[in-house]
Amino acid sequence: MDLSFVILVEMLYAVSSLILISAGLAVVFGMMKVINLAHGEFMMMGGYATITAVNLGVNIFVSMLVIAPITVGLIGLIVERLVIRHLYGRLVDTMLATWGLSLFFIGLATMIFGNTTTGISTPIPGFAIGNFQINGYNFFIIVVSALLLVGMLAVLKSTRAGLIARGAMQRPDMAAALGYSPNRIYMATFFCGSALSGLAGAVLAPLVGLVPTSGGAYIAKAFITVIAGGPSLIAGLFSSAGLFGVVSQVFTFAISPVIGEVALLVAAVILLRLLPQGITGKFFKGKL
Amino acid sequence: MGETVLETQGLTMRFGGVIAANNVDFKLQARELRCLIGPNGAGKSTFFKCISGLQTPTEGQVYMRGQETTRWMPHEIASLGVGIKTQTPNVMDALSVFENIWLAARRFHAPSDAERKTQEIIERLALGSIARKDLGQLAHGERQRVELGLVAVGDPWLVLLDEPAAGMSAEDVARMTEIIHELNKTAAVVIVEHDMQFIRSIAEKVTVFHQGAVLMEDHVDRVLSDPTVRNVYLGKKA
Amino acid sequence: MPGQVHNPGGLQKDLMATVIVTGLLVWLMPMLISTYTLTVLIIYGMLGLSLGLIWGFGGILCFGQAAFFGLGAYSYAIAAINFGESTLPMILAVLVPAVVAALLGALMFYGRLTDVYLGVITLVVTLILFKFVNSTAGPQYVIGKARLGGFNGIPGFQTLNVPGRPEAYIWGDAYFYVCAVLLALVFVLVTVLLRSSFGRVAVGIRENETRMSLMGYDVRARKTILFAIGAAIAGLAGALFANWGEIVTPSLFSLGQSAEIIIWCIVGGLGTRLGPILGAAGLAYLKFLLGQQSLVDNTLITGLILVLFVLFLPRGIVPAVSGLWQSRIGRGRRSRRPQTRRGAISRERFNG
Repeated sequence: MDLSFVILVEMLYAVSSLILISAGLAVVFGMMKVINLAHGEFMMMGGYATITAVNLGVNIFVSMLVIAPITVGLIGLIVERLVIRHLYGRLVDTMLATWGLSLFFIGLATMIFGNTTTGISTPIPGFAIGNFQINGYNFFIIVVSALLLVGMLAVLKSTRAGLIARGAMQRPDMAAALGYSPNRIYMATFFCGSALSGLAGAVLAPLVGLVPTSGGAYIAKAFITVIAGGPSLIAGLFSSAGLFGVVSQVFTFAISPVIGEVALLVAAVILLRLLPQGITGKFFKGKL
Repeated sequence: MGETVLETQGLTMRFGGVIAANNVDFKLQARELRCLIGPNGAGKSTFFKCISGLQTPTEGQVYMRGQETTRWMPHEIASLGVGIKTQTPNVMDALSVFENIWLAARRFHAPSDAERKTQEIIERLALGSIARKDLGQLAHGERQRVELGLVAVGDPWLVLLDEPAAGMSAEDVARMTEIIHELNKTAAVVIVEHDMQFIRSIAEKVTVFHQGAVLMEDHVDRVLSDPTVRNVYLGKKA
Repeated sequence: MPGQVHNPGGLQKDLMATVIVTGLLVWLMPMLISTYTLTVLIIYGMLGLSLGLIWGFGGILCFGQAAFFGLGAYSYAIAAINFGESTLPMILAVLVPAVVAALLGALMFYGRLTDVYLGVITLVVTLILFKFVNSTAGPQYVIGKARLGGFNGIPGFQTLNVPGRPEAYIWGDAYFYVCAVLLALVFVLVTVLLRSSFGRVAVGIRENETRMSLMGYDVRARKTILFAIGAAIAGLAGALFANWGEIVTPSLFSLGQSAEIIIWCIVGGLGTRLGPILGAAGLAYLKFLLGQQSLVDNTLITGLILVLFVLFLPRGIVPAVSGLWQSRIGRGRRSRRPQTRRGAISRERFNG
């Protein structure tokens, strides 16, 4: 009983962290058809922003939930203006340029923070269920990503900005025809996507020792989750994170964490071979 | 003579709930020239894609010279000796006219013959003056003509053309008509077309598509004067 | 017009030029740079060429070329420990990546995956290899006599020897000459391949897959074969690298390594044979020089170079320079190509 509860929490945690890791990338890809390969570094910068703010005496939750997203969002805005906007419609070129940016930010972080591991302790203590120790912070991550999904759904469904965004996702020319400047939509989207990446990096920062190359651990997973999810933003994110999270946890429990990671990757390859358009290219068509 | 080179039986194509082609039975004799006409969305393009292997029909069969080709890929169908031209100009933009045609020739001929064949087609289609130019630099009519060259160089016995005259000047259309007649001396030809002028100038027998099915099949003059066909084109109820 | 496509004289001229240039470089370069460093530049050049071939001429963007590099290196190291002689291991180092690539290529191309999806799969496969090899530190991971060694890698294998004489090691300057000759040989083979019908059809497929299949070419099979050839070259480079470093580690499979190969191709120039080689050697040497200073971080500069090239010189250095050269001497009749990646093709694109 205790064990099955622990396993359930671990599964939920695995799915939630995948959602959290992928959300920023998914927003940018869904709206702009741009794959931001510097996404992992945006997360890394979110982590550093949090740690820096905490060291300066700011409350940890304020640092994670406010300062980090805004900081990284602004960095994203600069990147969009300087680089991305010149490459719209050229998918491969944006991937290459953002890969360059990812290396650039790794180098920059190394110069500023040094090539050493930094970290902060989790603000929520663990507790025991029967004989098992559970990390209390995992619950926080589950709650954050659930709120994130609900929040995204609410924004898309019931705000004016969300309506424009949905229109732009389906017909990029439509928004322009209705008098909304695509330029501004893209800027706003990239800001939001980057802010989400920053948030994810910040929230996950207490769990990992942060180094400038930390982003590399995230980008592949996020990339896979988003592509495998397919065209629908939220349904895609939820279904592919759900699938991969469960697969990796099953193999982690059954064999080892490394095999869990490998199983996730193998599942992705098989899935894309069977459903080249992603999960929501085939199922849940037309959902958000 | 009289051999059936292309036949479909009960060919049906569904996209979700929409039936784009409905139970089409179609026969084409050797060296015949047939135009497929019909209003937008009548299913002629879907039918074209199904016989050329670009789409796999939901139901029904396709036969070419008696051989079933229903689930074949485009390259397998082309390898039989079928020349295919899609609706939009489909060419290698960064390569020259000569290189484009050579690539098509090489599929069916040894290297030395391929070069001779390429020369021959370039002369036949009067492409000599632009043979060294890249396709990306050419005008629309020229690109269409080069694509016909790609089709012709393989000495096909069946030619499938999707809207070959679309967006071309009168002069280009006249030249195109000539080339198609030339091809028709050795091959059966299927043409999907909108342009009535062009159809009148080239076709004898016409198949009319409407709502995914074959509405009628007759000589071009009788078809175009038929009240049902006129209604279909004018958008009234058939 | 005849002579434009078939140009046997051109091939001979090409071969002559290759021999002369190789001879000159092998003679002159050691006066500027140590042969030890030159050797690794040559190896990277070969690795760059492997991606330049499949990407520049076949349109296959592989995010995991490092996987085949690493596979070649590991195949060599494992086989060398087991056989105690280097000839068969060298052959295996070419064959194993080629077979793996053929299987992976068939999986992708027969599934009609393109662009992004191709990128995802190659990237993921690289990661799988990286993670797997990294986790093989335990004593249970053994192939024959060779322990895989996890993140520590495999040291202490038999390095290159004169075929049939395990005690006659080829090292130092001699090894440099071997690598130089092998690169020249691979270059010639690539030249011949690109001049053959197969190579021209590959370029046609890069330009327009649908059209080529409508002309009767089996695009899936041809892309799979080209992909395997690229992997074979990367595998050979991997084996040479293993011999040069005398150790193989999982970092050979890393995404960072894959990124570098892509950067070499972009900076040097896609659609050319020389571009990726020069890009690789040039950037690797730059990295070597930068490694001797600590003012600016190395990775930062690499990243900056990639961004700037994608934005301002997407065709790469070699096509840009040769275009400039041609317009200088008045042969530049061809209009400039559009500055997109798809159109990033040099003049030599078709004749190899």
